[in-house]
Amino acid sequence: MSHFLVVILLFALLALVFGLILGYAAIRFKVEADPIVDQIDALLPQTQCGQCGYPGCRPYAEAVANGDAINKCVPGGEPTINKIADLLGVEPPQGEGPVAAPVKKVAFIHEDRCIGCTKCIQACPVDAIVGAAKLMHTILRQECTGCDLCVDPCPTNCIEMIELPQTPDTWQWELARIPVKVVDKHE
Amino acid sequence: MNSLLEQIRKGKLWDFHGGIHPEEHKQLSSQTSLLEAGLPPLLVLPLKQHIGSPAELCVQVGDRVLTGQPLTAPSSPMQVPIHASSSGTVVAIEEHTVAHPSGLSEPCILIQTDGQDSWRPRDPWPDYAERGNDELLARIHQAGIAGLGGAGFPTDIKLKGAQAYAQREPLPLLIVNGCECEPYITADDRLMRDEAAAIVEGITLLQQILRPQLTLIAIEDNKPEAIAAIRAQVKNAHTLVKVLPTKYPSGGERQLIEILTGRQVPSGKPPSEMGILVQNVGTLYAIRQAVVEDEPLIRRVVTLTGDRLAQPGNAWVRLGTSVRWLMQRFGLDPEPGQRVIMGGPMMGFTLPHADVPVVKTSNCLLAPSQRSLPSRDEEINCIRCGQCAEACPASLLPQQLYWYSKAGELDTAEQYRLFDCIECGACAWVCPSNIPLVQYYRQAKSQLRNQRQEQAQAERAKQRFADKQQRLEEERLERDRRMQAANEARRAQLKDAGGEDPVAAALARIKAKQAAQAVPTVAEDPIAAAVARAKAKKAAREAEAPEVTPAATADDALANPEASPASEAPAADPRQAAVAAAIARAKAKKAAREADAPEVTPAATTDDAPANPEASPASEAPAADPRQAAVAAAIARAKAKKAAREADAPEVTPAATADDAPANPEASPAAEAPAADPRQAAVTAAIARAKAKKAAREAAADNSAPPVPPSSKESD
Repeated sequence: MSHFLVVILLFALLALVFGLILGYAAIRFKVEADPIVDQIDALLPQTQCGQCGYPGCRPYAEAVANGDAINKCVPGGEPTINKIADLLGVEPPQGEGPVAAPVKKVAFIHEDRCIGCTKCIQACPVDAIVGAAKLMHTILRQECTGCDLCVDPCPTNCIEMIELPQTPDTWQWELARIPVKVVDKHE
Repeated sequence: MNSLLEQIRKGKLWDFHGGIHPEEHKQLSSQTSLLEAGLPPLLVLPLKQHIGSPAELCVQVGDRVLTGQPLTAPSSPMQVPIHASSSGTVVAIEEHTVAHPSGLSEPCILIQTDGQDSWRPRDPWPDYAERGNDELLARIHQAGIAGLGGAGFPTDIKLKGAQAYAQREPLPLLIVNGCECEPYITADDRLMRDEAAAIVEGITLLQQILRPQLTLIAIEDNKPEAIAAIRAQVKNAHTLVKVLPTKYPSGGERQLIEILTGRQVPSGKPPSEMGILVQNVGTLYAIRQAVVEDEPLIRRVVTLTGDRLAQPGNAWVRLGTSVRWLMQRFGLDPEPGQRVIMGGPMMGFTLPHADVPVVKTSNCLLAPSQRSLPSRDEEINCIRCGQCAEACPASLLPQQLYWYSKAGELDTAEQYRLFDCIECGACAWVCPSNIPLVQYYRQAKSQLRNQRQEQAQAERAKQRFADKQQRLEEERLERDRRMQAANEARRAQLKDAGGEDPVAAALARIKAKQAAQAVPTVAEDPIAAAVARAKAKKAAREAEAPEVTPAATADDALANPEASPASEAPAADPRQAAVAAAIARAKAKKAAREADAPEVTPAATTDDAPANPEASPASEAPAADPRQAAVAAAIARAKAKKAAREADAPEVTPAATADDAPANPEASPAAEAPAADPRQAAVTAAIARAKAKKAAREAAADNSAPPVPPSSKESD
């Protein structure tokens, strides 16, 4: 009988010790935020354009983590969908939503038509437009995410989305044609 | 380190992994001494000729510039200025094809030379030994010197890195790179032979700045004349001339360090972290010229070689000289499909066309015949022979890099140390399948770089978005706070002025109304109920409003005199009538504003005044211009409406009268613009009728309104 008691006591003691260890670990090694949201957010293009229906990229990342469709990101296009699908281990949805990697564009203000109404400045999610009331506005090209949000509010249609010209810095070797070209004879 | 220096002093040499021994072809151009290429008619100077960003422009189109005059002004260390290579006039600042394999354009300054080559005032420092380090480094930066070996890294940044090390502890090694291992190129060889004294003076200068424990001048053993020339000039016990066995690419910075010290530079770190500084002999010459002669970097030695050139050799070429001009000058006899390669056959690139300028990093122009340097044959499949891995001087696995680059698995390629590849081309040279391996690596590298840039931009956009949200939130809170404060202030002011609290008053009014409405709800008959409601309303209103009659008369008085001038305008000239009406309007407005101050009642009524005169000219401009009349009527209507609304607030009775007033004159123009446009007249009349009806109904509802019978006017 006493053996029996000793065994029960021993196990109770062990349970207590392990419980304490587990409890401590739960507090000590607590994971703060939902890491999946951060991971999804890192895959999104951060244009903050709101075309997905959420106010910014992080809210959409949270929505995706909560089960929203993964194909709502227009600027990210198919590459982003595939990356999120990879991350979440789901099949990328076929034949719907945005397709094909979109060309990166930036906004450009035609200065002769700008009347300085500041409407685009208010619309820009990343503060990439400088200007003041009744003064000409201009885009900070480096900061523009190409989200398109400034185009509609403009009352004079002076904002255009243009492709960035290729420079030697952004140029990539094309393997198909490693340039070997004719140098003409004397002019 | 000291034992290592001891070993080096004793003459020990190490070796690096791999390397190749291609045919040299150096005899072709090394036989003649340095020439002066001459002044081309046009100089094209790209704003950016180094690694980093271009400096700020400081000349304009049309400016006359002197030789050596700076054209751009740097505002950060990564910006290197450029200088006018000869005197002349700036004819354009525009995009021009630059020396880049893409054949793309970049901003360039175009200078039409005048042939004088007149210098800007110079300030030579033969006494450089007495100058401070900062002074010397600033001068090197201002002279626009960027590594002339080929990479174009800003020299003063490299020197400052070494100087930072030298300030912590003595810098062990300064290495002067005179290897020039690439086939065909002999620019450094010729420079060492012809300008050995100046190069050694440049070394002395760097020794003064950095105080290295040991200086090594490394030259490959295929340049015996250069070795002899430099040896003759070196008289310093701490400067050794090291003769290296010829092997490509021993001139690579990391490979050279490995040969001379047996140590490898850690991946991704500059050699200055190991206390080693490597400088090309051309750069040393440029440093010496900049400091001692005050000659900024406006010219460099370029090897002009290849078996299609009649006079191959080495020449001093002004930066910005067109390749086409040089080729013609040195007797290019082009074969069909002639290629011109900038740089050597291993690391250079074929120019897209010959109208590109020579820049700070162009060490060689090669015009080979198809026979001597055949174009690469068609690429065939990799047979996994592994020769590339044996040849790789950076001990990489070129085959793996190739597979991953080709498959687009860039991350994996990066794990295989893609960025340690120096693009020397040894792997492609040994490849039996003719695979252009280096091109694959270059493409993968640029893709990775673009990816990183995009990632960095996304990160910045995220941050800016968060910042904006925060700012908007703060602004909103601030606005709310301000509004609340203002409201409280206003309430307090009203209380102080003795008036009752408007909010309390409004509440009381609403209560009274509700009480009045609550009474007749019992009635069953809707008509009876309505009558009861109207009665209650009237009672309530009468209780609130004092009297009406004097107000009404006051408004008549005001309205009449102002209406008269307009009505006397001759019917013949509607425009004049309109002007008169406008004046009348302005007057009435002013009167109204003045009247507004003392009492409330006349203010409400004076609002009628503008309506009347406006109506009259219209009514007297008859068949001539019905459209104008209609416009005037519309304006009058809008005014009257506004007046009515304003008048509505304080009391109700005068408001009712005001409503009648606009109705009347509006009716008149319509009636008096007769046969000209019957349809329009009909419409206007209908509107007027509707208005009048409404006014009448309101007037009827509260009998206190003065007896202005709208129906009488309506009838005509």
